[in-house]
Amino acid sequence: MPEQTSVKDSPKVPEEGSEQSSVEHMTDVMTKFTAYIGKRLPRDVKSKLAELRESETNEMANVVFDSMADNQDAADKLDRPSCQDTGVIQYFITAGAKFPLLGELEDILREATLGATKLGPLRHNAVETFDEKNTGTNTGSKIPWLDWEIVPGDDTATIEVYMAGGGCTLPGASTVLMPGQGYEGVADFVFDVITSRGVNACPPLLVGVGVSTSAETAARLSKKAILRPVDTKHENANAAKMEDLLEEGLNELGIGPQGLNGNSSVMGVNIESSARHPSTIGVAVSTGCWAHRRGRIRFNADLTYEILSHEGVEL
Amino acid sequence: MTKVLTTPIKDEDLEDLKVGDIVFLTGRLITCRDVAHRRLIEQKRKLPVDLEGGAIFHAGPIVREKDGGGYEMVSIGPTTSMRMEKFERDFIRETGVKLVIGKGGMGPETTAGCAENKAVHAVFPGGCAVLAATKVEEIEGAEWTDLGMPETLWINKVRDFGPLIISIDTKGNNLFQQNKERLNEAKKPILDRIKKELSFIR
Repeated sequence: MPEQTSVKDSPKVPEEGSEQSSVEHMTDVMTKFTAYIGKRLPRDVKSKLAELRESETNEMANVVFDSMADNQDAADKLDRPSCQDTGVIQYFITAGAKFPLLGELEDILREATLGATKLGPLRHNAVETFDEKNTGTNTGSKIPWLDWEIVPGDDTATIEVYMAGGGCTLPGASTVLMPGQGYEGVADFVFDVITSRGVNACPPLLVGVGVSTSAETAARLSKKAILRPVDTKHENANAAKMEDLLEEGLNELGIGPQGLNGNSSVMGVNIESSARHPSTIGVAVSTGCWAHRRGRIRFNADLTYEILSHEGVEL
Repeated sequence: MTKVLTTPIKDEDLEDLKVGDIVFLTGRLITCRDVAHRRLIEQKRKLPVDLEGGAIFHAGPIVREKDGGGYEMVSIGPTTSMRMEKFERDFIRETGVKLVIGKGGMGPETTAGCAENKAVHAVFPGGCAVLAATKVEEIEGAEWTDLGMPETLWINKVRDFGPLIISIDTKGNNLFQQNKERLNEAKKPILDRIKKELSFIR
């Protein structure tokens, strides 16, 4: 499913040559967008949840699906965060080396997190480790978390905002298998994670699997995998086949919404991969809960922007 | 028929409930999670609220202070109940709480505590935090506010709060434990079938 541009905003144009106002403009947009994604789900997640609800036949599961739909309506109408756990804020940035505010982005996104915390409002979710104090601002050491990919020659920036809630972060796991365990071992690992801690992580889940060379490369790819839209496929035929097999197999288990049994378990399984050392298979699982709050926005060099993940957004 | 529990809850109100039944709550519902459990059970501090016949909610809400004083409930969904498993059996015995609401299942200790003291655990659908907030008529008070917004004991007046799906009843039944056993049995044949198609290393 290719992503389409749904909204083309014509924002306040920053003054010519004024770097200050460009920074303020981008900070303002990112503040509003960060607060926005806590209240309304992206298009792909909404349509997959509607599809799963439609095909559900278990009575208790239908009660839960009805509550989920009522909740999203109420959140939209009352303009409130749909889940109280608005997560640790993470930004996944794909920026052109020639994007004019490349050097300012880190400060802009930190300010956007501070602003969104008041605007949302977002729950205070940054606890400074070892001091064990909640900072009360959703910022702290290396938080918001930034992940960078730099594209040579390009002058745009695409930013994925993700609210990493506690419940769906808890199942996260990574390990390194021996080649003798093969892709069969990868399947075992995924099933073990989902049938143990995944059950409590607000299913139906979007399951991200990283297949790579070491623990941390697989972990990063597994998170990137849940940023990919639901129902998109890995470009390698074997990997795409494995996505389908895992999705069908997990759904056959019938974990159901909230783990209370039903016709489905997952919204999908997305695999991301890299080449690996011949002696190792790094594998990791990240999960997104049904309230998978992420949003993708692309800035052009002149700071006009397009929101790629949601429809009809007015910031 | 829809069953509504009203606080204070009596033993006989819970006797006929079975796992999988759906109920609603009217009355007083107090948020109580990790640190409040730890303070009562490990540090032997007295809870600043009376929970005899009461209901607690494993939840850390978003609350807004109103301009003229008092609080507004913005968003209040359940948090993972399993984190409280370590304390809940003792907590139920010491407080006389009758209804424990949260997300996901709890383990054998809580199941034993519910059977010994005639209490139940129920699931409110996770992520449905605005739906839950609309069932809160008023925040009557806040205790242990030194713990910060998520961990404060928020005292809520609720009406028809639910749906609440009974996951542990008073007879020793545990819905999530039953499901876990089912999943462990179901996954082996599925994996055996899938793995036949995954021998990419030849």
